[in-house]
Amino acid sequence: MELFVSEGNPHCLKVLAALEVTGVQCGVQFLNHEGKVVPFLPRPAVPTLFLPSGQHLFSSNTICRYLFELNGPESSDQCNQWLEWEATILQPALLRALHLAVLQGKGSEVPKVLQGPLNVLDQSLAKGSMAYLTGEAVSVADVVLWGALHPVLSVSSLELTKAWFDRVAAVRGCQSAAQKVLQGKGLEAMKSYMQKQPAPQSRDTQPCNSSPAEVSRTVSEEEMEAAALTWSKDLNACSYPAEKQHPVMPQEGNRNVLITSALPYVNNVPHLGNIIGCVLSADVFSRYGQLRGWNVLFVCGTDEYGTATENKAREEGLTPQQICDKYHAVHSSIYKWFQIDFDFFGRTTTEKQTEIAQDIFWRLHKNGFLVEDTVEQLRCENCQRFLADRFVEGMCPYCSYPEARGDQCDKCGRLINAVELREPQCKVCRQTPEIRSSKHLFLDLPKLETQLENWLERSTSSGDWTANAKQITRSWLRDGLKPRCITRDLQWGTPVPHPDFKEKVFYVWFDAPIGYLSITANYTNEWEKWWKNPHQVELYNFMAKDNVPFHSVVFPCSLLGAQDNYTLVSHLIATEYLNYEDTKFSKSRGVGVFGDMAKDTGIPSDVWRFYLLYVRPEGQDSAFSWADMALKNNSELLNNLGNFINRGGMFVTKFFGGCVPAMELQQEDKKLLAVVGWELQQYIQLMDKVKIRDALKHILNISRHGNQYIQVNEPWKKIKGGESERQRAGTVTGVSVNIACLLSVMLLPYMPAVSQTIRDQLNAPQTCINTMLQGPGTFVCALRAGHRIGTVSPLFQKLEADQIEALKKRFGGQQITASTQPAAVPAPPVVAEVKVVDGSDPEKAKQLAEAVAEQVRSLKAEKAIITAEVSKLLDLKKQLALAEGKSPEPAPQKGKKK
Amino acid sequence: NMALRELASLEKYLGLKKPNKYSTQGDKKVPVLQNNNAPPLVGLVTIACHLVKEAKRPELLGDGAEGRAVVQQWLEYRVTKLDSHIEDTKSILKDLNLYMQDKVYLAGNQLTLADVLMYYGIHSIILDLAVQEKEQYVNVARWFDHIQHHPGVRHHLPPVVVLRNRLYTSRHH
Repeated sequence: MELFVSEGNPHCLKVLAALEVTGVQCGVQFLNHEGKVVPFLPRPAVPTLFLPSGQHLFSSNTICRYLFELNGPESSDQCNQWLEWEATILQPALLRALHLAVLQGKGSEVPKVLQGPLNVLDQSLAKGSMAYLTGEAVSVADVVLWGALHPVLSVSSLELTKAWFDRVAAVRGCQSAAQKVLQGKGLEAMKSYMQKQPAPQSRDTQPCNSSPAEVSRTVSEEEMEAAALTWSKDLNACSYPAEKQHPVMPQEGNRNVLITSALPYVNNVPHLGNIIGCVLSADVFSRYGQLRGWNVLFVCGTDEYGTATENKAREEGLTPQQICDKYHAVHSSIYKWFQIDFDFFGRTTTEKQTEIAQDIFWRLHKNGFLVEDTVEQLRCENCQRFLADRFVEGMCPYCSYPEARGDQCDKCGRLINAVELREPQCKVCRQTPEIRSSKHLFLDLPKLETQLENWLERSTSSGDWTANAKQITRSWLRDGLKPRCITRDLQWGTPVPHPDFKEKVFYVWFDAPIGYLSITANYTNEWEKWWKNPHQVELYNFMAKDNVPFHSVVFPCSLLGAQDNYTLVSHLIATEYLNYEDTKFSKSRGVGVFGDMAKDTGIPSDVWRFYLLYVRPEGQDSAFSWADMALKNNSELLNNLGNFINRGGMFVTKFFGGCVPAMELQQEDKKLLAVVGWELQQYIQLMDKVKIRDALKHILNISRHGNQYIQVNEPWKKIKGGESERQRAGTVTGVSVNIACLLSVMLLPYMPAVSQTIRDQLNAPQTCINTMLQGPGTFVCALRAGHRIGTVSPLFQKLEADQIEALKKRFGGQQITASTQPAAVPAPPVVAEVKVVDGSDPEKAKQLAEAVAEQVRSLKAEKAIITAEVSKLLDLKKQLALAEGKSPEPAPQKGKKK
Repeated sequence: NMALRELASLEKYLGLKKPNKYSTQGDKKVPVLQNNNAPPLVGLVTIACHLVKEAKRPELLGDGAEGRAVVQQWLEYRVTKLDSHIEDTKSILKDLNLYMQDKVYLAGNQLTLADVLMYYGIHSIILDLAVQEKEQYVNVARWFDHIQHHPGVRHHLPPVVVLRNRLYTSRHH
């Protein structure tokens, strides 16, 4: 029997204490944290106990219990209960506490975090009035809890707990175990261990999709007076720069913000999920940044190299370059329609790309971060190319199944290396490929790991990284980095300049992020002022979560290794996934809305933007739903926001001859100003942290407050009353149009066209734009008494149920999986809202039945095409996986149709 | 409450005649077994082990100290890793798939409580997988199918179809 432990790991403390207390004979080996002991766990699992039978125990409580049971009785229910409590309740709290104390230097907050569990412990000790947790003798429960609490419990104020703790500490063996693990260094000893742990979950991941709860805040006198004071301030004199001066360059003394959105792959038309994940989110933040007065540069472009482009070219009978030209234009026009305001939208197939990628390559080479290795690959002479795993098929070397794939055997499930296949066949032409060994270059990530970790610690603690970005990054580091191949045997790519590797190109993962630099270089020759200027420039990367490791680990390693003072990412903003009507977007299945089709729906670009941002998968997956889109358009845009803005403007026109009336602020008005000011502050705080969806909620709150204010004060009645009543109507109207003016500014990042329309209708001065979002938020009276407004007209149109039904049919959004969708997808409100729009259920069932039948037909039709080409086949496989995986039992409707 | 439904199913599987009384505790809705003449028991695994003992089915807790330890190991894995959502499901499936490569049951050579509770806990994840993903974790899928067809285990959960005839074998191209 052999026990593997490491220093600084609090779990090892428990295990060593149990070993000493029980006196079980067992070898002990100290490993560093990277030690991988358990063959089936990819991550280091320490402590681990090797059992004589060859099995492993890999968690501390189980090991402790086993050690105690070896020489004693089976542990009691009470012991088991404590162990389970320790693992499920105490440990998460401890992890938070240690995270605060060890990594953030906030030891003072530990008692608060541990208060709940420690009270449980103390009360139990009080009730039992025994020396130890489960009786008068030390049990496994005592040792485990003592070991767990040892690092933090030197200062407990709970008397019974402290007495118990000291009693266990005095048991022979406990102290020496602590000494072995912590080396007398206390919390400091655990630093390296804690850095590798997943961050404790933040608890504020509640979705904000549901209409915001009306929390009635109490507004103090001071807040009201302060709001009234701000209201009376003047607009900023300096006017908002209508046009940016290009090229935008970093400025001394200003906040210089460089924004990138993940480069979309050129051969696909982007779908709504792609759009919200990168370009739209980045656009909102870029526009917001300008309103805040920052110096912002926003770049993006198409990612054009790689196998997929080559295949697409073969399919369409064009050259790869022609394919790229064609689809680059498609992307460009889609983003233009969505009003994505790039400062520059470039591409990766440029001279600059070659120049910069090769420079980084040579620097990595010179600095010794590239290693050479031979890779055996199958090559099809007939097709003249090396075959990716999924393009080979053959006999399984283990079970002789004749149709094993290049990566795994479907029959026995074993993982296979493609070159091990017997009788391999190229899936495209059915010829026998040959094994060729080919030299490749690898980026030596393990060698860069320490540098990377040091940088990550700084960047993630000072910047705004989304929780998923931090978590994905940490899990990569935890698994340990391996060298990554940066070269490929392809033609369509950036050529590797090294003479030993000519005929090869860079692997896209290495090449593509360099696109950010080369695209900027195509924008300005002085691109290095942005990209080699980490002290003046803050870099924001926007992407969907599948792209995180390349931006947080791999690309930073390339830049760190190149050692040329590059600007590394300061804020990594990753979204989750957007589903389509609770299924996934699928181009080949025709399911979902793709960028080029959105405009054909007749729904304005601004409304698309609004809804996509409203359901932005911020913190968790979300779903696009037609019914929900109609509902949000009709309830939020039309009835709430649009209605409020329109009412104020109409009152000015109808009752006051188009001129803003005089305003005499009373308590009630000041209170509203304070409430609006508070919402504005929240909006700014959230937007500064790139919580785009959450911030939108506060815009809608303001118009809700405004509607209520108008409803209560009834200016349309008061205008017919006496002098003081008429004055009251004037004040309410004046305050309302000024709130509308504020709303137009807050809306600008989300709905740029509507925002401008509002200001046009109100004839609002452009200077209001750069006044309102200064500092913590400055709501001033921009439309003073006497100001003449323009022509007011409705901003939004109702989306009718039949219109939405037609769109839903057209874009294949049948909810084929709805009946068996498990609760995992948080979309119950959508179901409820479908009813609102649809009316009756039998109708819905009929539609569903038709939808399912249609789906089956389309799948069959596609199957016929798919026999022709393997790439399409693979696509179908994915679709089938989805279609079938989600409906394990044939749905009743389906059955009838058969 | 999922944990309470699990315990009810477990009681049925164990053939316990009169159902126990349960409540839950705290934000995490930890199950509590109310005992008439003893202090209440708290925690899914603790209660489940207690029920097994009550039903006089010690073989479900593993054979000998080592066997028992392996069962406990996976029970702990269930309530810490699987239920905590700290680990992402992909890495859990990866771990299990590798572990299951040469195993029929989680611990030893017969069904244990570890299989039953892991099955209950992982059901919603498996239900969510696409066919292709089920193939990626083929060992887990095989084990899962085996356990759900074990007489008397499934109870409150719908069956999940894990293995199907593949429509994209080479016959089609």
